[in-house]
Amino acid sequence: MGLMALFRRTPPSASVAKERLRIIVAQERSGRGGPDYLPLLRRELLEVIRKYVKVEPDAVKVHVEREEGHDVLELSVSLPGKAGS
Amino acid sequence: MTEIIVVTSGKGGVGKTTTSASLSCGLARKGKKVAVIDFDIGLRNLDLIMGCERRVVYDFVNVIQGDCTLKQALIKDKRLETLHVLAASQTRDKDALTAEGVRRVLDELAAEGFDYIICDSPAGIEKGAHLAMYYADRAVVVVNPEVSSVRDSDRILGLLASKTERAEKGNGGVKEHLLLTRYSPRRVAAGEMLSVADVKEILGLDVIGVIPESTDVLTASNAGTPVILNEGSDVSEAYTDAVERLLGTELPLRFVDEPKKGFFARMFGG
Repeated sequence: MGLMALFRRTPPSASVAKERLRIIVAQERSGRGGPDYLPLLRRELLEVIRKYVKVEPDAVKVHVEREEGHDVLELSVSLPGKAGS
Repeated sequence: MTEIIVVTSGKGGVGKTTTSASLSCGLARKGKKVAVIDFDIGLRNLDLIMGCERRVVYDFVNVIQGDCTLKQALIKDKRLETLHVLAASQTRDKDALTAEGVRRVLDELAAEGFDYIICDSPAGIEKGAHLAMYYADRAVVVVNPEVSSVRDSDRILGLLASKTERAEKGNGGVKEHLLLTRYSPRRVAAGEMLSVADVKEILGLDVIGVIPESTDVLTASNAGTPVILNEGSDVSEAYTDAVERLLGTELPLRFVDEPKKGFFARMFGG
């Protein structure tokens, strides 16, 4: 620290805090909001589907969208492409 | 109609109890019948802030367990006729508080004609904090303009939106408000502290009050006088405004801008 510190340009710490918070809060929000049963639901669905089709463990995606007044449970299952096609 | 308001934050030491005490005093001063309940089982402190620590005979857990009646446990405030305090138990038994027990006490208070029940939540996201928010109609989320407090508040907002009776039953959810404490307009102006607008933007909530950083808060707690009763101080005025907003009055925020310095202060660095 010395006179030179006066001339060094560092961003105000509050804007650094704001940026960090914006990122971490967005990240943490995206990981919640879904009901607690989602992981179990996903696992059981995967087991059922695997009885009939051979799919990858990450083939089943379960997602809850919050819309005006109601929630939408979205399921997507990607099936393996036909061999050779 | 009884309205249940939880004062919560996630992080400790941000001013939940100070806020609970001042909001309940402010509401009682407006003639409302108010009960303020300490949910911090094992770490009772609201009684000290309210200045009634020597009058605690029975506590919240005693009422739940049927050791006494609710009337016996409610401590009538000596300053405000319509204000009542229910102290937390000092037991170390974490299971002393039950959802049914809390429900019963809240129902009984409602039947007694209380207008407001203020639930002073403990820090954290454990059972006490969960039960303090579970039956709430509204939430006052106390936050310091500081990274860990803001992040924890967001976590609490997530819980309010999922782990409350209103959220579970789909009754429109808990109405949430932000209350900033320990706010320093000078440091905000210097770019050293998150501003009201920053916190509001990150958390996406309306602000019901901004309490300036002040030595008056410690002085008031030393004396056992809720700081809102320290008439004329900035903190008292700021809490009084917050109470008005809780009651639905729209007021501009005060104490958020740095006071303009006079000529001498500028010249001589006041």
